[in-house]
Amino acid sequence: MSNKSLVSITDYSKDDILSILASAADFEACPNRTTLAGKVVATLFFEPSTRTRLSFETAAIRLGAKTIGFSDAATSSSSKGETLHDTIQMVSCYADVIVMRHYLEGAARYAAEVLPVPIVNAGDGANQHPSQTLLDLYSILKTQGTLEGLNICLVGDLKYGRTVHSLIQAMSHFRPTFKFIAPDELRMPEEYKTFCRKHGIPFTESRELTDNFNDADILYMTRVQRERFTDLMEYERVKNVYTLNNAMLAGTKPNLRILHPLPRVTEIDPDVDHNEKAYYFRQAQNGLYVRQAIISKVLS
Amino acid sequence: MERGTKELKVAALRNGTVIDHIPADKLFKVAALLEVEKCPHQVTLGNNLESKLLGSKGIIKISDRVFEESEVNKIALLAPNAKINIIRDYEVVEKRPLTLPDEIRDIVQCANPNCITNHQPVPTRFAVVKEDGEVRLRCHYCEREVRQEEVKIK
Repeated sequence: MSNKSLVSITDYSKDDILSILASAADFEACPNRTTLAGKVVATLFFEPSTRTRLSFETAAIRLGAKTIGFSDAATSSSSKGETLHDTIQMVSCYADVIVMRHYLEGAARYAAEVLPVPIVNAGDGANQHPSQTLLDLYSILKTQGTLEGLNICLVGDLKYGRTVHSLIQAMSHFRPTFKFIAPDELRMPEEYKTFCRKHGIPFTESRELTDNFNDADILYMTRVQRERFTDLMEYERVKNVYTLNNAMLAGTKPNLRILHPLPRVTEIDPDVDHNEKAYYFRQAQNGLYVRQAIISKVLS
Repeated sequence: MERGTKELKVAALRNGTVIDHIPADKLFKVAALLEVEKCPHQVTLGNNLESKLLGSKGIIKISDRVFEESEVNKIALLAPNAKINIIRDYEVVEKRPLTLPDEIRDIVQCANPNCITNHQPVPTRFAVVKEDGEVRLRCHYCEREVRQEEVKIK
């Protein structure tokens, strides 16, 4: 296994995280470089993800590298029955680093073990998506000036949402206080609450979004997904309860910023988009600089 | 009389290993885990024997064979209270406690249907997590955890 690979946010120490964020700030100041001229970055997307793939490819191109790859498993040899092992072995003969999104959980860890080149996990099923976590941290740092001691409110699908789980793990280095707001069906799993208790991270839980985040520094919204519900009437009820609109931001702190991993559906009303506290599109832009930092680190 | 009956049920072993106090419903799984069917030596299996501890128990006796610790520790997953006795000249010369290894490879099936190990030819790997008096297995690949009592042997 290449020890440069980034598979899970837990692979990175606090220092690793801070060094990536500092590097991302450098790339934001000057994104166009030639430091990776002559390198080939493969982006293997066994399931589609437009935003993640394009931002990784843009990151590579802005570093001077060339990219190869595919955006859908249907256009790869896996559709002919080739094993993941064989597909990635073959690509590792051509590329210096592989950025991979796969629908199976654990695919990235496996790839990192068998490949001679480093791998960057661009999402493995519902498991990990570390570049998203790092861009979340970068967005928090940029908007708050610090990662230490913040009040972070997580809203929506806290049961299946991998971004919120990874965010809890990554923020555990920085003494946060969490508020978990979710319907009963999508509450934060016990495993992550136990994690918080073990790390001395205070948290509260609630079902109500309204008037519940006035002391928050970060409001992290996630999509409530219809397919998660066994009772669709329950889905119809909660999807509107968890819609954030502009009026709800009236009593919030001036430094509050709203993050969302995107895509959003109904959970943030478009009338929030022009509020200065809406940060989700800038957050997506930050993904570019963070991914430049990640690719540079794994190829260093 | 009782002793005589016991000897008839499970023959005494001159040299080898006795694995005792296996829960009756786990005997054949333990035997499979140890791959006793491949063992060229004499093997005796007894099941539903009386046990003060378990009510009924299973026992495995294998002649002329002493297991490596790593081999036998695998059964701690299924039968954590089983006892391993090493026999020489009909005498118990060593009692080995069972301890779960820190990592379990290619024995347990991951409970997560979306884990890569359930779809691709990838041997399973689990870290053994012992916390708060509970044992859980954490999949090395998909990072999901399963409690020891929910473990499915492949």
